Amino acid sequence: MQKRLLLDLTHFEITIKRLCCQLIENHNDFSNSVIIGLQPRGVFLAHRIHENLLNLTGIKNIAIGELDVTFYRDDFRRREINSPSKTHINFAIADKKVILIDDVLFTGRTIRSGMDAMLDIGRPSKVELMVLVNRRYSRHLPIEPDYVGIQVDTIRSEKVKVEWKETEGKDAVWLLSE
Amino acid sequence: MSSLSTKHLLGIKDLSAEDINLIFSTADNFKDVLNRQIKKVPSLRDITIANLFFENSTRTRLSFELAEKRLSADIVNFSASSSSVSKGETLIDTVNNILAMKVDIVVMRHPHAGAADFLARNVNARIVNAGDGAHEHPTQALLDAYSIREREGSLTGKKVAIIGDILHSRVALSNIFCLQKLGAEVMVCGPTTLMPKYISSLGVKVSHSLREALSWCDVANMLRIQMERQDIRYFPSLREYIQLFGLNMEILNSLEKSITIMHPGPINRGVEITSEVADSSQSIILNQVENGVAIRMAVLYLLASGLN
Repeated sequence: MQKRLLLDLTHFEITIKRLCCQLIENHNDFSNSVIIGLQPRGVFLAHRIHENLLNLTGIKNIAIGELDVTFYRDDFRRREINSPSKTHINFAIADKKVILIDDVLFTGRTIRSGMDAMLDIGRPSKVELMVLVNRRYSRHLPIEPDYVGIQVDTIRSEKVKVEWKETEGKDAVWLLSE
Repeated sequence: MSSLSTKHLLGIKDLSAEDINLIFSTADNFKDVLNRQIKKVPSLRDITIANLFFENSTRTRLSFELAEKRLSADIVNFSASSSSVSKGETLIDTVNNILAMKVDIVVMRHPHAGAADFLARNVNARIVNAGDGAHEHPTQALLDAYSIREREGSLTGKKVAIIGDILHSRVALSNIFCLQKLGAEVMVCGPTTLMPKYISSLGVKVSHSLREALSWCDVANMLRIQMERQDIRYFPSLREYIQLFGLNMEILNSLEKSITIMHPGPINRGVEITSEVADSSQSIILNQVENGVAIRMAVLYLLASGLN
């Protein structure tokens, strides 16, 4: 197994800050916007973005939620199922601008499940997608992100691993290949 | 672990504590779904489930049907009274005919103990036992234990008394297995004639005094007298049974602690439990019914995940 560092600690922080600035440009005071992180690992990016947005803008309250997509996946019974995580969305998303956040965008199937799960909770006025890593040329569905941390070109056998200081002790993005 | 160790749900006896905890954690997620405006997920949209009820049922049947609909499964319902069973068809023939119509999961209630196990060995589908004679009623035990966990926080070290007609009760047997696997202590209480001979070999305490059982327990699960299964008279009169084993507010208030009251239904108000007790704040009877749907969704979801 070979490991290549795609994003180190310094660039990781710069990337998060840049993503926040892009959001501020488009969402002003976030009064009509909400952040939803996809379980299990998109929630780390969502909370990091949320924390940085509060610091950068001085806004006291930006709505943030966590969404589990397990029951909406299209690969149920095609592979080992993951234990579902919790969905925590304690605000109405109807007529809001939703910023949907995941760590890695690969085939697009998780995002498709996420949109179905979200639409069962309410009807947002607009949905935008933010990912830390966009694995280009690997999509199975016509889904593209609005905000991208880094773009990487990978082959199917490679894996992208995002490490968070909350779980792995430090922030980094790795490309793993056989 | 994210899948069950068994292909079918025939009884609690076959499940491990890990299986039960997996069902509970999955049910937690489904309970969230049931509290949303759209109480439905698409997980089982390509699965067909047959509900075969060879015995009367209201709650269990409705609960399974709702659970299946909430998971987006296609369902077919069958009851013995309106079927070819009354024309002499065997169980395997009936089920195989249904399976020929491409059914993936069979939920079955049957008056004979072992019917679900027999089916699992003879037909090619996942089987969920919704009650077989006086043997097991696994989903009831799961929802009972889940409701206790919800109320009391944990099952470990909790004392649960099962009171009433133990002899004819599949709920009692499944509850004993389930509670013991989760670390609770169990006492059964009822008239000597309604107590199976083997009961003490299951590692439960046995009492014939309602007051003794209530003073001992944290949770009391009241069972009804199953008149339809009683071929002889097991006690002199209903009046005497009510005096000795009927739970009323007076006994409940005389206890030094506040215990949780459960009942799997259907309730015979004024017999094993008075209306006042059944509707009191100590009763979690309606929580049990609510949790039943989430538990059954979890069981069906986990069993379906093993289907190819």
